[in-house]
Amino acid sequence: MITVLHYLVVSFMLFGIGVLGVLLRRNLLILLMSVELMLNGGNLALIAFSRAHGESSGQGIAVFVITVAAAEAAVGLALVLALFRHRGKVNADEFRELKG
Amino acid sequence: MAEALLFYVFGSLAVLLALLVVALKNPIHSAVALIGNLFLVAGLFAMLDAHFLAAIQVLVYAGAILVLFLFVIMLLNLQDGELGAAQRTPIKWLAAVAVLGSGTVGIVLLLHQPAYGLGTIPEGFGTIEAIGRLLFGRYLLPFEAASIILLSAILGAVAIAKRELW
Repeated sequence: MITVLHYLVVSFMLFGIGVLGVLLRRNLLILLMSVELMLNGGNLALIAFSRAHGESSGQGIAVFVITVAAAEAAVGLALVLALFRHRGKVNADEFRELKG
Repeated sequence: MAEALLFYVFGSLAVLLALLVVALKNPIHSAVALIGNLFLVAGLFAMLDAHFLAAIQVLVYAGAILVLFLFVIMLLNLQDGELGAAQRTPIKWLAAVAVLGSGTVGIVLLLHQPAYGLGTIPEGFGTIEAIGRLLFGRYLLPFEAASIILLSAILGAVAIAKRELW
């Protein structure tokens, strides 16, 4: 039988893979995609719990998470474009002006 | 039985495609893998009776956000040299091992929880009507705040990406 724990394990794995992508990849585009993966894992957990408790609130919050993901992708991609235009690079290790 | 089969197919393929997103070198390949991953997660949403969310996932995520990603990737038209060499310092590997370790511990702990089934759901769960009543009722204030977030994101994206703003 498939329980809510099965869905939570998948959600955990998606989130963990997203964290790994943010840690190990240096391409800004793939960094942003990894953040989308993490948000997606969070959404899956919200909806699994919403289903387990028969309560729609989790789905309402998931709608807001998708909204924030859309806003984040738009601003993030605009930043990538601006950085590429100024420097011709999309490698996160190249941008270290703010490092103390 | 069919439910378990569908879950294992969707879940394992979703995790596999997520790994591909992180592992593939070419951003376009990663984006295509991410589209597949989002579709499979939408399938999982549908299995959890969140039909409206599954539709939103396909429309907004796979339809709009990923198209934005593909646009930017093709606009940049990256050559191999422009990516620069990856700097894999020991601290990054340490962080990765820590994430993998804590993730494994978390999953093992999860699997030792008493499993409770998905139970029964009220009439009309996950339909547009249920979500709509929620968004325009209990979550009215966050809903309006979301519109402000989207507006500021639009303005911010244009202001950041425009070559000469004034």
